[in-house]
Amino acid sequence: MPTQTAAPQQNGTTDAELSTDELQRYGRHLTLPDVGREGQEKLKASSVLIVGAGGLGSPLAMYLAAAGVGRLGIVDFDHVEASNLQRQVLYGQSDVGRPKLEAAEERLREINPHVEVERYEARLSSDNVFDVIEDGPGDRSYDLVADGTDNFPTRYLVNDACVMAGVPNVYGSIFRFEGQVSVFATPEGPCYRCAYEEPPPPGLVPSCAEGGVLGVLPGIVGSVQASETIKVLLGIGEPLVGRLLLMDALGADFRTLRLRKNPDCPVCSDDPEQTELIDYEAFCGLPSSDSANGEPMSNADESVPEISVTDYAARREDADAPFLLDVREPHEYEITNLGGTLIPLGELEERLGELDTHRGEEVVVHCRTGGRSAEATKLLRDHGFDAKNLRGGVHAWSDEVDPDVPKY
Amino acid sequence: MPTTQTQTVTVRIPTPLRSYAGDQKTAEAEGATVGDALADLAERYPDLREQLYDGDGDLRSFVNVYVGDEDIRHTGGAETSLDGGEEVSIVPSVAGGAFG
Repeated sequence: MPTQTAAPQQNGTTDAELSTDELQRYGRHLTLPDVGREGQEKLKASSVLIVGAGGLGSPLAMYLAAAGVGRLGIVDFDHVEASNLQRQVLYGQSDVGRPKLEAAEERLREINPHVEVERYEARLSSDNVFDVIEDGPGDRSYDLVADGTDNFPTRYLVNDACVMAGVPNVYGSIFRFEGQVSVFATPEGPCYRCAYEEPPPPGLVPSCAEGGVLGVLPGIVGSVQASETIKVLLGIGEPLVGRLLLMDALGADFRTLRLRKNPDCPVCSDDPEQTELIDYEAFCGLPSSDSANGEPMSNADESVPEISVTDYAARREDADAPFLLDVREPHEYEITNLGGTLIPLGELEERLGELDTHRGEEVVVHCRTGGRSAEATKLLRDHGFDAKNLRGGVHAWSDEVDPDVPKY
Repeated sequence: MPTTQTQTVTVRIPTPLRSYAGDQKTAEAEGATVGDALADLAERYPDLREQLYDGDGDLRSFVNVYVGDEDIRHTGGAETSLDGGEEVSIVPSVAGGAFG
């Protein structure tokens, strides 16, 4: 049996017996070399915690449920939105507005009633992450964590907690047409911090909000994560320990790069300098506050003056209506716009001259949800403009002023 | 083993940085070392400089650079010599997720 990496400890629990129903259901696994009845029973005795029930979490949860992983824990606190359906195949039209975990549990039970689904309706934080990871079957921890989150603070939190709890972390992330997968925090392999000790400062690299993502991509990446998860649980094949798989859907190009354990890694080295969880929002250069709707706080700046969409809407027809500046990207403007003047955030500084005639006038700045426009407002104020951020951006406008404006 | 001759390599530009590099997937760069080649690239695409380097002119810690499949941190960093024809990849950390 090829066993490149140690399978997670089963702590002496006896492997679960398969019923006749299950033997029929898992027939194609039972005849598969390297899985067989023993492997299938191992899967039934296994538990996986999936962090995030979105684009990556959808295929992860569905394939792991179908494969017969005994217990699936899922962490998420969002509701299903129409713009999720382009890629989050766990959900359908009738789920829009429902809590994701409620809809997810229903779907997973339909896929495989033999799987136990545990919901964690919470934002994962330093305060609760160990409670969740340690909430496996019986008095065990989850055997493995599959990371399908969408922001840097949670990624670092999940990595550090997995290293400290000794639980492997099957990592996946996506941007536009490209994805990455690796297996971190195994005893012998590197962790996410070995690869990327620090996150980029907020706003430097374009965010997914500007970038978009091909709907199929999380299907590819999440499915690879599911496959790696099963390999690690069964101790078969060559999991992506010490390797980073890069996928480019446009180029139809898959390749792997080597990742090595950093002997000076702040969390997974023999003598780590960080032995406890930290404030991951602060670590990622973000204000340490919660955000009501789960949007990444990437560019938000609390100190910037704001105006609500309703206050601005009331003043739009006035003689002294504020000048409206839209700092999104041109392709977003094509989707919908509020009639503002478009200067993308990335070009704002060099194109400030175009706004000279609006000095002394009130300027309201908006984007999709308010993050980029907060940054732009700050920049404008630094250059002497009387700028205010339109709180909540296009999304708030759609919710509170004009429902015909699509939330994309 | 170390060469001091200028070599031409292909640099793979990751999606998040493409808009700073003329929307290209790959670009040619010249240098005797990886550091030289990246400096050459930053000269051709000045917008890329801020993305790759911090204020002290060091490569940013969230940008990993590979020659072939090997991270240059394990082969001599920016001083890693080039033989020509190698593929240099810039691999930044990506958080997504699927916010759109």
